[in-house]
Formats: sequence, structure tokens, C-alpha cells
Amino acid sequence: MSAASRFFDNRNVLGPLFMLPAAALLLFFLTYPLGLGVWLGFTDAKIGRVGEWIGIENYEFLVTDSVFRLSVFNTFLYTLVASVFKFVLGLWLALLLNKHIPFKSFVRAVVLLPFIVPTVLSAIAFWWIYDAQFSIVSWVLVKMGVMDHYINFLGEPNLARMSTIIANVWRGVPFVAICLLAGLQTIPPSMYEAASIDGATAFQQFRYITLPMLSPIIAVVMTFSVLFTFTDFQLIWVLTRGGPINATHLMATLSFQRAIPGGALGEGAAIATAMIPFLLAAILFSYFGLQRRRWQQGGSDR
Amino acid sequence: MASVELRQVRKSFGSTPVVHGVDVSIADGEFVVLVGPSGCGKSTLLRMIAGLEEITSGEIRIGDRVVNDVAPKQRDIAMVFQNYALYPHMKVIDNMAFSMKLAGRSQEEIHARVDKAAKILGLTDYLDRYPRQLSGGQRQRVAMGRAIVRDPQVFLFDEPLSNLDAKLRVQMRTEIKELHQRLKTTSVYVTHDQIEAMTMADKIVVMNSGRVEQIGSPLDLYDQPANLFVAGFIGSPAMNFLPGKLVTKWGGRGVQIAPDCVLPAPANSESDGSDVVIGVRPEHFDIGASGVKAQVIVVEPTGADTQVYCRIAGHSVTAVSRERHTFRPGDTIDLNPAEGKSYLFNPASGARIA
Ligand SMILES: Nc1ncnc2c1ncn2[C@@H]1O[C@H](COP(=O)(O)OP(=O)(O)OP(=O)(O)O)[C@@H](O)[C@H]1O
Ligand SMILES: [Mg+2]
Repeated sequence: MSAASRFFDNRNVLGPLFMLPAAALLLFFLTYPLGLGVWLGFTDAKIGRVGEWIGIENYEFLVTDSVFRLSVFNTFLYTLVASVFKFVLGLWLALLLNKHIPFKSFVRAVVLLPFIVPTVLSAIAFWWIYDAQFSIVSWVLVKMGVMDHYINFLGEPNLARMSTIIANVWRGVPFVAICLLAGLQTIPPSMYEAASIDGATAFQQFRYITLPMLSPIIAVVMTFSVLFTFTDFQLIWVLTRGGPINATHLMATLSFQRAIPGGALGEGAAIATAMIPFLLAAILFSYFGLQRRRWQQGGSDR
Repeated sequence: MASVELRQVRKSFGSTPVVHGVDVSIADGEFVVLVGPSGCGKSTLLRMIAGLEEITSGEIRIGDRVVNDVAPKQRDIAMVFQNYALYPHMKVIDNMAFSMKLAGRSQEEIHARVDKAAKILGLTDYLDRYPRQLSGGQRQRVAMGRAIVRDPQVFLFDEPLSNLDAKLRVQMRTEIKELHQRLKTTSVYVTHDQIEAMTMADKIVVMNSGRVEQIGSPLDLYDQPANLFVAGFIGSPAMNFLPGKLVTKWGGRGVQIAPDCVLPAPANSESDGSDVVIGVRPEHFDIGASGVKAQVIVVEPTGADTQVYCRIAGHSVTAVSRERHTFRPGDTIDLNPAEGKSYLFNPASGARIA
């Protein structure tokens, strides 16, 4: 056997060798842009001009920038309200779909629709629904005599916030519902039979059996849902571009606006970098949420 | 405690009938075992008593109340499931206390009752564990504990021992029997294992494809089986069946199973020449005395007794003897059914003639 073939049979050589392509890809496509973004945040780069290192000047400016502060507030409001609704509606839908209903698989497929339509497409649909002159919602309300004028859904700050949140919830509910449905189906029917013999009402079965047994899945699904919502960009950009008067600007949209149309690459990068701590917090939460509950652990006596 | 009464109980799933009119009465404090082959509708019947399955027609009474339309929780029954159905996210103590917690009992009462049940079942050291941290036998005990803390009118067991290994099964069998003697709660126990049925029951209900074949005490069923099915189901190794024609011989009746082979048959009033099946339990063959010739195929000594598998006129026959025989495969031996220990059946209807 030649020295070369023995060299390649050695697992200490072979292992890293096989990992090399994947590692290189990750390094190039993940770490490099991320690193570049973070680095840009510490420069005063503009489009067409290489930036100089300016330390934390960008961040110092952002802290005093009322638009940035508003966008942070908006992001939290958007994430919190949308996630709560996605959870409640998703759980409700999952419970319904878990019942014996006619055309079960067809209904399940329909529920998934909002999730498989490209975001931009559904955003454009909502844009029409919310249009100041052609809104179907306003039209129906006026025809029914509930209102006497068309609603400017995207024209007033709080109304625009509500409208974007509704669009986001519509888009996010299927993911939550289908994941929770998968979770519900792992609960053996005999749990409910035992509980009903033990005297539990339908609500008590939900409270003491369904919720606790679903909690590991809820933790995972909601972490993902929060991550997606927090970093949302497409919906807002299509519907409002952050307006009116920045009322719907999220950190992601503000970062893009400052960096690309606004040309202030360094500042945009700093805003994007500022999202990282929040996302890390969400991931940490998921890490602890993902940890198996004590009752899921097997074996040990202690 | 209460009696349980089933009257013409039927069950269909969609258009498929699975239970065809079952009548059983269970006295207060009795331990009744439903036994039958897989798929015969035992679990379905038990679940109807529990209220987990609707009754298609007929009537079920618990005590003096018709419970057809009563919800499970109002029937005052407790059930031990085959897979135990313990709540995995609750500790043993909470599993056992769950029903009382829902009923709004006081903390002291819950503690007292759980402690008592835990002591009876030897679970005191495990109250703080989760079901995952218990062995199969311990889980089985927790399932029983969950049932007995409630002090219900009726216990329902659905093959509670089938997930345990053979040794533990025998031990738990005794424990359940002991528990019943102590609590004297009416119990309905489902199993497909006839040994379990024989050893535990006050009364056995033998079922076959949705019908009751026979109801009686274990020894009744063993001594006086009503038909071929019960005769073949009860007893291990199973009864030997040999088809033949009735003849009169040696001043008595006999069954001719081959031109030169006649087995003595019990007295009966059927006419000579009618087709019958004669049944003889393996333990009721006398080996070695004069009788019909049998070819030895396999000999299995178990220590306590010897099982001899042999062939009579082309039919496989098992004989069990307390003696230690030294037959070899191929030997010819003499088999003779013990006097008064054989049965005659009608091959068409399966009913017993004598
Ligand atoms: N939900 C159901 N829908 C349709 N058929 C069913 C349903 N449950 C049971 N059956 C049928 O009813 C019959 C009786 O089932 P059951 O579970 O009572 O049998 P079993 O006697 O308990 O058998 P085993 O010893 O295998 O548990 C079977 O033929 C089964 O296929
Ligand atoms: Mg069964």
C-alpha cells in the first residue's frame, strides 16, 4: 500500500477533508457577508465610496435618532402582536383540523395556501385589499351601509400598523397551525380517554393534557415564528415602504432604506447589526425551550 | 360497588357489526374475565361499559342505573388501559391524584388516598418520578393505583399484563387477584390468555367473533365445555379433536376414527353411523395401557411432566403424562382416554352431545 493511500485512509485526514467543501461554503456565504455587514457598521461607507473606520459613531448617532427608535418600537409591537395572534389562531385552527371534519386533507391543503404563495404576491394582493380607492373591504362596508366613506388603510399610522400586522398574521398562521397539528397528532387518543374517565371536561382535557404535551412543539414553533416576524421585510416594503410618517418602519426596512436608496451603507449596516442581539436572545430562548422537558427524559434514577 | 348487567348489547362500526347481542350479568364484587381470540370484540365490549364507545343497541346497567347515555366520568368506573395511558408530563403522584384534583377534593384527602394506594401497590418510593423513569411493571402498578384511588364502583382492565414479561405477568396476576380479594370491587378483566382467565376469574365469559360462547366458572368451562370452540380454547395444551363415526362396541359406544381404530366414547343417544368429533384433553390420555395405537413424533419433557406428540390414524394428538417416558420418535405406543373424560361434539353445529 502506498503512502498516499494510507494517508487518505486515516480518519483524521479523511474527516476534515470531507468537511472542507461544506466549511468553505459556510465560511464564504454565511460568515463573510455577516462579518462584512458588522464591519460596515463601524465605517462611514457610502455607495461608491469605501468607508473609513469610525468606531461606534454610527451607533451613537442611531441612539439619538428618533426614526431608528421608532422603528425599534414598531418592530417589537409588530412582532409581539402578530406572534400572539398567530399563536392563538394557529392553535385554534390546529384543534379544528384535528377533529373529524369532512374533506379533511383538502381543508388542510387549503390552510397551507397562504404559506406557499410567494410573500410578494400575497403582499400585492393585500395592497389591493387595502388600497385607498379600490379596497374591496371598504367597498363591501359602504355597500352594506356600515360606512359612508372609504377607509385609508395604509394612510394613517395606527391603521397602517394594524393592516400590516393582519397581513403578516394571515401569512404566518398556516405554518403555526400545521406544526401544532403535527404535534396534536402525536398525543395518543388514550390520553383523552383516560382523562375523560378521570372526570376531565373538554376544557380540562385541553388545559391538563393538550397544552402541557404540546408545550415542547409550541416553544419551537413560536421561536421560529418570532424570528420570521422580527426580520420581516417584504410585506412592509410592498405595502407601505415604512410609511406613513415611518409608522410601519421595521428595523429591517429602515436598514434597507438607509443603506440602498439612501446610500448610507455604514448606517444601514449598523441598524441591521443592531438586530443581532435581539435575534440572539430569541435563539437562546429557543435553545432553552428546545431542551427536553424533564418528563421527556428517560431512564435515570436520579 | 355495583353489579353490571349487559342486555342484548350490540355494536357496529359503520355497517360492520362487531358485537352481536351479548348478555352478561356480573354480580356485585365479582371478578369476571372476558376471554377470546384477538379481534373477537372484547375491548369493544369493555369500552362500551366504560362509555368510550357508543352502544348501537341493547342496554348496559351499572348498579340499578341504565348508563347507555351516561358520560364516562359519571359512570363511576376506573379503567386500566393496555398501554397504561399514564400522563407522561405528570409525576406518579399527580397521575394518581388527577381524578381527585378534578373532582375538587381537599389536599389532605388526596394525600391520604394516594398514600394509601401507593402503600398497597408498593409505589411509595416512586411517587416523585415521571412515568418514563419507571419500569413496565411499575408503570402497570401506577395505572392500577390511578384506578384504585378513586374507589370506583367497577374496575375495568383491558389486557393490563400483556406488555410484561412472562415472570412479571405471573406475579402481577397474583397481585391483582389479591387486590381484588382485599377491595372486593366488581371487576371486568379482558384478556386473550386463557391461563390468565382460568387463574383469576370468578366467572369467565368466552367470546368468539362478537358472540358469547359460554359463561361459567373456570372449572365449569374446563369440565363442561358447551361446544367445540370453548373446549378448544380453555385448557393448555389444547384438547385433541378426532372426527369419526359413532359405533356400538364392547357393549358401549365408540367412535371409529379409522377402519381399525375405535376410541371409547361417553354414553349418548345418537344413532350409530352419525358423524361426531370426539374430544380428549392431553392430560386425560393414559399412556401404555391397552388402547389405540399411536406413532410417537416428538417427546418434550418439561421436568414436571412429559408432552408426547403423536399421530393416530393420520391425526395429530398430544398427550401429557406425569411419568417420565423414554419413547423415541417412531415408537408405537398405546393411548387410552380415561374413563368418563372424553366429550362428543356435533361436527356441523359444534355443540356438545355428551
Ligand atoms: N374504531 C373501529 N372502527 C372499525 N372497526 C373497529 C374499530 N375498533 C375495533 N374494530 C373492529 O372490531 C373488532 C373487535 O375489536 P376489539 O378491539 O374489540 O378486539 P379484541 O377482542 O379486543 O382483540 P385484541 O385481543 O386483539 O385486543 C375487530 O374486528 C376490529 O377490527
Ligand atoms: Mg383488545
